[in-house]
Amino acid sequence: MREAPMEYLYYPGCSLEASGKPYDESLRAVFRVLGIELKELKDWNCCGATMYMSVDEAISLAISARNLALAEQNGCRGLIAPCSACYTVLLKTNRFLRDSPELKSKVDHLLAQGGLRYNLTVAVRHPLDVLVNDVGVELIAQAAKRSLAGVCFAPYYGCQIVRPERGFDDREFPMTMDRLFERLGATGVYFPLKTRCCGAMLMTTFPDVALHLVEELLDCARENGAHCVITTCPLCQVNLEAYQKRLGKKFGKSYDIPVLYFTQLLGLALGCSETELGMQRNLTTFKVPLPAAVA
Amino acid sequence: MASTRVGLEPRPEQAHIPGALPVSEQALRKKFLEESRLVPGGDRISRCLQCGTCTGSCPVSYAMDISPRMVIALFRAGQIEEILRSRTIWICASCYMCTTRCPQGIKITDLLYALKRTAMDTGLYPDRLPIYLLSKNFVRVVNRYGRSHEMLLLLLYYLRRNPLALLRLLPLGIAMWRKGRISLFPAKIKGIQTIRQMLAASKALELPREKEEVPYVEGTVGYRAVG
Ligand code: SF4
Ligand code: SF4
Repeated sequence: MREAPMEYLYYPGCSLEASGKPYDESLRAVFRVLGIELKELKDWNCCGATMYMSVDEAISLAISARNLALAEQNGCRGLIAPCSACYTVLLKTNRFLRDSPELKSKVDHLLAQGGLRYNLTVAVRHPLDVLVNDVGVELIAQAAKRSLAGVCFAPYYGCQIVRPERGFDDREFPMTMDRLFERLGATGVYFPLKTRCCGAMLMTTFPDVALHLVEELLDCARENGAHCVITTCPLCQVNLEAYQKRLGKKFGKSYDIPVLYFTQLLGLALGCSETELGMQRNLTTFKVPLPAAVA
Repeated sequence: MASTRVGLEPRPEQAHIPGALPVSEQALRKKFLEESRLVPGGDRISRCLQCGTCTGSCPVSYAMDISPRMVIALFRAGQIEEILRSRTIWICASCYMCTTRCPQGIKITDLLYALKRTAMDTGLYPDRLPIYLLSKNFVRVVNRYGRSHEMLLLLLYYLRRNPLALLRLLPLGIAMWRKGRISLFPAKIKGIQTIRQMLAASKALELPREKEEVPYVEGTVGYRAVG
């Protein structure tokens, strides 16, 4: 039913090498099962994240453009960036270089120092976008090995995969993930904070502010009966998962809410084993018993 | 919000110009306009309605000393120094909610980045500001290895900022390490040389401008700012 085999370049990003490892593992597993090839971009470098942007605009764009230039040499359908921060920074690089001739000429000059050139042809994609819009929900549902019936999830998109520009979904109330998992049998709970900020690096610089944001997110998920929160970003996942104990102490509540990468839940539906999906690496355990294979 | 600056009254020859700015403020303004000029759509700042949608949409405005709307008001009033001395620009988590909702299409988040760069370059920010330290160390790590390294970055940061906090993070660190979610040693990318060359070149970068700046009335808040 599919013509040529699908193939994408893959830009894991720094987080997926360490704290986001389960995201990397589960993403690769899911793509493998669906028969989509992921080719890791050779010798990629840090995208510069949001922090480089506060130091120098031209060089931060040049550093991120180095990846795009390398991807362009490879020629590909798209460059997949699973981390929301990388995704937004790479997209922003494309946009700024397109909209500002002056920045473009600066960055071209800098890239040329490293013997590179970038012609703005690389499409930066988030894996959620690729799965839903290139592969398609129906095809994924056909490939599913078991139903997710009985799983109530809080779909947490975070900020940077849907903003600032309108990308593959609405900027305030996206539904991509809800539709995907509901088709697989799970139930999305009411979760109005789905694109509220998790605090990102504020967890390091202003922990009190970030802890409060996380508290609101977890409370909202719990009060609405979610068994788990599913995330699309390594930073969101760590913020929501790793500080639950500290939050409990600080606010006198107790939290034990599993926080999964969306690829982990998807992998479960596709019949991947928990080890393949890196579930043993999560700090919280996802307990909802999954019903046996569908007939 | 009274200004605490002393000895920075307008130069006598400017005293008659409405909106004349102290010399130090002129320099800051110039620097900021320079930074924001490069932000696509950055000049829309002049269209602000002061409606407050940005502040109302911001998840962290409750913790700011100056709200996003006030940042723009202060910019217009010629008080950039007040903005730079506030925590606001550093508390912004770049969630882009304000930018998304602003009815005038003002790129607030990107303008806050321009303000951060102005602050870094002029050295005007609250003392021992955590995020400044974090950014600096982040850039150090990336320039050296080509990739960021979570553990190294946090170590560098906390050693300068608050070594005791490392103790508090220790249990979490151990838990993450047990789960194989911490990498101990940073690895250099092969093309690190390219990055170094680009960095070296950026220091000497001064390319001819492609478009003329919007005329700026030297020494005043300028028409551009008042819209
Ligand atoms: S939302 Fe836009 S127009 Fe309204 S106060 Fe904020 S910046 Fe100004
Ligand atoms: S981008 Fe910054 S200022 Fe704007 S809403 Fe988000 S945290 Fe607030």
